[in-house]
Amino acid sequence: MKEVAFFAGAIGALGGAIAVIALRNAFYSVLALIVHLISLAGLFLLLQGEFIAAAQIVVYAGAVMVLYVFVAAYVGNVDEPLWEPIPGQRFIAPLLGIALFVELAIAITGSSLQAIDTGGPTVELGFGSPSAIGKLLLERFLIAFEAASLLLLVAAVGAVVLAGRHRTGDADAPQETA
Amino acid sequence: MSATAYGWLVLAFPLAGTLIVSLGWRRLPGRSAGWIGTGMIGLSFLASIGALVQILGDPVDARQHTSSLYDYASAGGLNIQLNVLVDPLSVYMCLVVSGVSALIHLYSISYMTSDRGFNRFFAYLNFFVFSMLLLVLAGNLVLLIVGWAFVGFASYALISFWYRRTTATKAGMKAFVINVVGDVGMVLAAFFIFRELGTFDLLSIFSQAPDSFDTNQGAVIAICLLLLVGAIAKSAQVPLHTWLPDAMEGPTPVSALIHAATMVTAGVYLIARFHPLFEIGLTAADVAALLGLATLLIAATIALVVTDLKRIIAYSTMSQIGYMVMGVSIGAYSAGLFHLMTHAFFKALLFMAAGSIIGAMANRQNIDRMGGFLRAMPFTSAMLLIGALALAAFPVTSGWFSKDEILDFASFRGGFYEIFAIGGYIGALLTAFYAFRIGFRVVFGEPVEEARELEQGHIHHAEPENPATGEEEDTDVGFPGPSHQIAEREWPMKIAMSILAFGALVGGFLQIPGVDDVVHRFLHGSFEDSTLYEEGPSTGAAYRGLTIGAGLSIIGIAVAYYCYMRAPGITARLTERFRWLHDFLERKWYFDEAIDLLFVRPSLALGGWANSVFERYVVQGLVVGVTDFVRGASAGVRGAQSGYLRSYALLLVTGFAGLGLYFLLQSS
Amino acid sequence: MDITWYLVLSALLFAVGVSGVLLRRSPLVILLCLELMLNAGNLALLAFSRSLGNQDGQVFALIVMVIAACEVVVGLGIIVAAYRRRIPLNVDDLRSLRG
Repeated sequence: MKEVAFFAGAIGALGGAIAVIALRNAFYSVLALIVHLISLAGLFLLLQGEFIAAAQIVVYAGAVMVLYVFVAAYVGNVDEPLWEPIPGQRFIAPLLGIALFVELAIAITGSSLQAIDTGGPTVELGFGSPSAIGKLLLERFLIAFEAASLLLLVAAVGAVVLAGRHRTGDADAPQETA
Repeated sequence: MSATAYGWLVLAFPLAGTLIVSLGWRRLPGRSAGWIGTGMIGLSFLASIGALVQILGDPVDARQHTSSLYDYASAGGLNIQLNVLVDPLSVYMCLVVSGVSALIHLYSISYMTSDRGFNRFFAYLNFFVFSMLLLVLAGNLVLLIVGWAFVGFASYALISFWYRRTTATKAGMKAFVINVVGDVGMVLAAFFIFRELGTFDLLSIFSQAPDSFDTNQGAVIAICLLLLVGAIAKSAQVPLHTWLPDAMEGPTPVSALIHAATMVTAGVYLIARFHPLFEIGLTAADVAALLGLATLLIAATIALVVTDLKRIIAYSTMSQIGYMVMGVSIGAYSAGLFHLMTHAFFKALLFMAAGSIIGAMANRQNIDRMGGFLRAMPFTSAMLLIGALALAAFPVTSGWFSKDEILDFASFRGGFYEIFAIGGYIGALLTAFYAFRIGFRVVFGEPVEEARELEQGHIHHAEPENPATGEEEDTDVGFPGPSHQIAEREWPMKIAMSILAFGALVGGFLQIPGVDDVVHRFLHGSFEDSTLYEEGPSTGAAYRGLTIGAGLSIIGIAVAYYCYMRAPGITARLTERFRWLHDFLERKWYFDEAIDLLFVRPSLALGGWANSVFERYVVQGLVVGVTDFVRGASAGVRGAQSGYLRSYALLLVTGFAGLGLYFLLQSS
Repeated sequence: MDITWYLVLSALLFAVGVSGVLLRRSPLVILLCLELMLNAGNLALLAFSRSLGNQDGQVFALIVMVIAACEVVVGLGIIVAAYRRRIPLNVDDLRSLRG
């Protein structure tokens, strides 16, 4: 049963990823990424990360991707010319990707870590639950937690500054028919 | 004061004169630089007399004194000091040099009076006298070479004194380059001497030489020949003589001092000083004598045909020095040095008189345009004739005694050395002829336009021009001054010339055979270790020689009288008849052309090749090659900074993949 | 399932993300591929956390998500600002920082 779930999630994630890089239309890529994220949430569930799975869907696929959707709609599609100015990039990039994967795969499968050969130790019931994560966040990782929130604040302010309207030399977005 | 203290004073005065005039040249008023210079040399002469008196007070075999100022270099077997050697030979030379120099300084005060470079002239002239005295008084070979080099520089500076004249600067360079050839010989000789004997000190060299060398051993011959190269270059003997006629581009006092009386005699002094070595390396001494003989004859023949007054006198200098070199090489030391002294007198006198004539001619020097100055310039004409008589070795003049003493010694040695006597007599005949070629031409005959103007009381004026090429000049700094001085009107010139004339007439009486031998006895203190000094011809043989010499002199003068006074056209007809010979002699036996072909052209070609091939391909190639390589490499590296985000990302990932590969391989 | 599977999957997803960054020219899509890589990392973190029985990995993944969100916010802000100023949205045209 677990295997089926795993493979379903894996295929979904992989397919979404490949769709992101392959589709010409940026909007479709965004949608593909949403599919990928949801599949990933499923995989997280398999790994006993319930809270994380939920956060993935609510925050990532929910909020962050909506941001992407808005911007993709605002900006529209960027016409990527067929001709590649950097010589060889088209061929080297996938090759490098493959090379990277092969290396990592070798590293993983040849690794002497024993625990990864198994499904992991038996964990208690509350493993990965919101209460457990919350406890960790507020006790052991308090500083990280606070720093992360500070970072969020800074990012929000930065975004407002960057996309602010009242600047000189600023032209409004072209009309829809452009 | 001791003799060596006087020796230091002899050096100090001209040095002080140089420094005062050269440092204060802007502020010295009027002609004071001239008087300072003359005064300093005069004091140097007095110091030489002081040294003379001191030396005469010593016993005959202990007259060589040295004194060291400080250790110049003392390391690893090398011990060079700043020392002077005061002995009869050097005192004799000092007297001649400082005496004649003082008189020439006096003459120059008048001669150079309107020249813009007056102060510079006296600075150089004093420096020259200092260098010559340093050369003569040097106690070790290093200091001698220093003096040698300084003298060469002073000669260059004074030849190119009128530096805006291209002919003068070229002549200066020619003189300097040929002198450097001689310097190379001297320095190599010094190295050789050090290697063989381990010392540079003159007295040590001379005391060690007989023990360290066998007769005619290769090493000593090599040393002597190298010294000879230096002597030949400095004394303008064949084949390194080509600079002397060109050196007449300098002002007449310079010609008188440097190129007649003093610098060119440095070679003679060198051979005389190094006589212990030359007496061991007999072959080298013979070579020297042969070169002297060759120069004597060649120069005399050229003097028969050239038409520039100063150049005739220059060739006569070359010829007379040939006599001196010949003399000291065959062992007639006192005779050769005596001729050095008398020659200094009459040659300086001749040049001074020539300077006066050239002044009257408004700086023209062509003898064919001169004539009949007897009535216009009686004093100068008398001086000129006295000088010519002494040069021609007319009986009773000093030249007669000194020149014939050399030739007597050559006959005395006999055998192979007879050719020197014969050649010397032939040369004497030629000398008498060309000496009176000048005499009759310039003094007697119909007065030329300049002479007639002078009789009326004013000196001929002409546009300033280069006497050799006729180019126009002005009279500003770097060219001769506007006014021309003649001896009749300038008392410094008169005094200087009179004293020299007295010496030229009377100086011979110091060495009358059978009566006295002042010079010979005096110089004995320096030649104690010589095997040849004590010997000499008998009085009878000496008088025989003097008679022959007198006869030749009179014959030569008579022939000149005939050619120039009685039958004036005869020289022109002879020139036409023997045009090829005339041209050969006038082109100075084509020595200049030969040297140009053998040395100058190949050097220039080598330089051109070096510039176009070696410099361009090897040197530039290396240097530019390095920069091109660096530039190319950096351009190649710069290509990675394309500005494309994706290529940067590619590089990043590549690096990461590489790193991962490395760690994988490492851990396996 | 063994943890190894999850790790291999994570490696694969990461490789896909890398290829995407190198291949695509629209800055928006490049950001999307960056998200892919970050998520692959998250997956690996959770896998390790499960294999060790330790929840620190999950907290780490949470913080990574926060950071990803911040980065997206700023990145999209830049894209919008560039679009407003008529700057071409093609990373190959943005190459004035060249050597």
